[in-house]
Amino acid sequence: MGKTLFEKIWDAHIVVETENSPSLIYIDRHLVHEVTSPQAFDGLRMNNRSVRRPDLTIATMDHNVPTNNRSLPILDQTSAVQIQTLEKNCKDFGIQLFDINSPNQGIVHVIGPQLGITLPGSTIVCGDSHTSTHGAFGALAFGIGTSEVEHVLASQTLWLEKPKPFEIRVEGKRKNPHAVTAKDIILSIIKNIGTSGGNGTVIEYKGEGISDLSMEQRMTICNMSIEAGARAGLIAPDEKTFEYLRGRKYTPKNYESLVDYWRDNLKTDSDAKFEKNYTLHVDNIAPQVSWGTNPGMTCDITESVPFPEDFSKGDQNQKKGAEKALEYMALKPGTPITEIKIDRVFIGSCTNARLEDLIEASTVVKGRKLSSHVRAMVVPGSQMVKKQAEELGLDKIFTDANFEWREAGCSMCLGMNPDILSPGERCASTSNRNFEGRQGTGGRTHLVSPVMAAAAAIEGHFVDVREMDLN
Amino acid sequence: MQSFKKVKTIITSLDKVNVDTDQIVPKQFLKLVQKSGFGKFLFYNWRYDDQEHLKSDFILNDTKYKNSKILVVGDNFGCGSSREHAVWALQDYGFSVIIAPSFADIFYSNCFKNGLLPIILDDKTVEKLHQETGEIEVDLENQIIKTSSVEIPFTIDLHKKKILLEGLDDIAQTLLYEKKISEFEKQSKIPSVL
Repeated sequence: MGKTLFEKIWDAHIVVETENSPSLIYIDRHLVHEVTSPQAFDGLRMNNRSVRRPDLTIATMDHNVPTNNRSLPILDQTSAVQIQTLEKNCKDFGIQLFDINSPNQGIVHVIGPQLGITLPGSTIVCGDSHTSTHGAFGALAFGIGTSEVEHVLASQTLWLEKPKPFEIRVEGKRKNPHAVTAKDIILSIIKNIGTSGGNGTVIEYKGEGISDLSMEQRMTICNMSIEAGARAGLIAPDEKTFEYLRGRKYTPKNYESLVDYWRDNLKTDSDAKFEKNYTLHVDNIAPQVSWGTNPGMTCDITESVPFPEDFSKGDQNQKKGAEKALEYMALKPGTPITEIKIDRVFIGSCTNARLEDLIEASTVVKGRKLSSHVRAMVVPGSQMVKKQAEELGLDKIFTDANFEWREAGCSMCLGMNPDILSPGERCASTSNRNFEGRQGTGGRTHLVSPVMAAAAAIEGHFVDVREMDLN
Repeated sequence: MQSFKKVKTIITSLDKVNVDTDQIVPKQFLKLVQKSGFGKFLFYNWRYDDQEHLKSDFILNDTKYKNSKILVVGDNFGCGSSREHAVWALQDYGFSVIIAPSFADIFYSNCFKNGLLPIILDDKTVEKLHQETGEIEVDLENQIIKTSSVEIPFTIDLHKKKILLEGLDDIAQTLLYEKKISEFEKQSKIPSVL
């Protein structure tokens, strides 16, 4: 019987295999950031251990860095300590760090691919659940806890139980690909399979609806695999993948010979078996807006806030969850989504802050003004994205419309830095989680695509971006 | 790592599905650089009001449950962020066993790195445990939960059981395979970053 792409990558990384127990898997790339690493480095020190492969380890600071003026000191003392701690740890253990003033600084899942660190067929880990993003390149990439960060630093390996392969086919062609985006595809998938639908699996996304996507759009898809509970999500590499990585700062010298190998080997065999299957047809999907407190609580822009009994389909726990979510979100069932007014807009995060995302959002904003009661912020995913966007004049388009244009970081996706919602504020956000308090205690998050966020910023409430005249 | 063998207390019931790690420990407490002291931040937004006073209607604030070491929860517990701070907070607060119909993958894995025992039982059994008011005993060696009326067996991967029972240092175990890791590196196709 043939193998899936995931199984091929897994098998190629087994160091030790024991029956009915976890396997020891080799890790090719370890990405490190300031929040989930300090305790891991401390553990190394306490046990007198070193980092086995500093040359496979890259660090940056993204989660709690301020996104305003970088020449000013960091006011939050605990954030400052965490950032200084990463600087010291990288220095002590010989790890390459892109610090707050580096032109390569940015969200770890944005800079990995941009710098050519992410490679097809590799295993990639980071102490961050959105590591699944790198799966867009045909890598097996997943988030780990701090103890595992320490384990990888010390041994460049991890003990892992083999997840099950899950095939998600995305079929058909979107009618308006500028208005119905990769974000709407992945939100539709999570809405349908649920936030635990992927637990214990690695998803492989396939089909015309995926191969049509650019690399940046594929990253948006794989990024949110974790919101469906999957350990990782991946897409077989193709010519778009190989072209994207060609000539980047850390693209390997023997890249073309690697490409030849990947082209022949990194695909699922036609007779391979998946444990689970799901198919989404995208011909008629609408822009998505989340209404609740997890990413599965999402509906079409043309729909209304659901009644908990309709949403739960008879499951009492889901019904209770939906009631609590609506109470937190201060929404009444039956309210059309287009009547929901917003206070804030956040365009950013490892899901949707790449150059294409900003270009798409700018086409909605160009020549228009922010609604008078809305505050909106654009936070590029990396300093490289910021520079490229500025070369295209996107910063001017956003600032002319009264949006704030910021420095790179995770920012209001998780509100560890000063960019947070106030209690009760409602935000259209291009990020990945609408959990209670995620963007600030008492804040209310609606997940949308960059164009939907931009459209809501202009109108002051959610609108169907398909009906707007885009520049 | 501390070992886990057996515990006997009343249970704390938190009958909610999809409890994410942002609820277990909100982001503002992730800036600390040590592992200790996270217990006071556990379920912070559910435990405290905006004046930082304890909310009387949240179960952890009922003194009856002060010495409970067993938390019973709903489906997909620990979903979302990979933050191990969630496990550190549960453990520092005093819990040593979490029982649920299912756990999110990364959270489940993080538990075993810290000596916290996650037990998966079927929906109906968990539903009954939520109603249990007496003390229950969780015995890892014999893989059994004893209530005043029933004995409930549970399954666990043998490798993970051994790690918990003996409180093994994972990394020390792995480094015994140093030769195999070096051999793997010699034949690896993926080049260094730098």
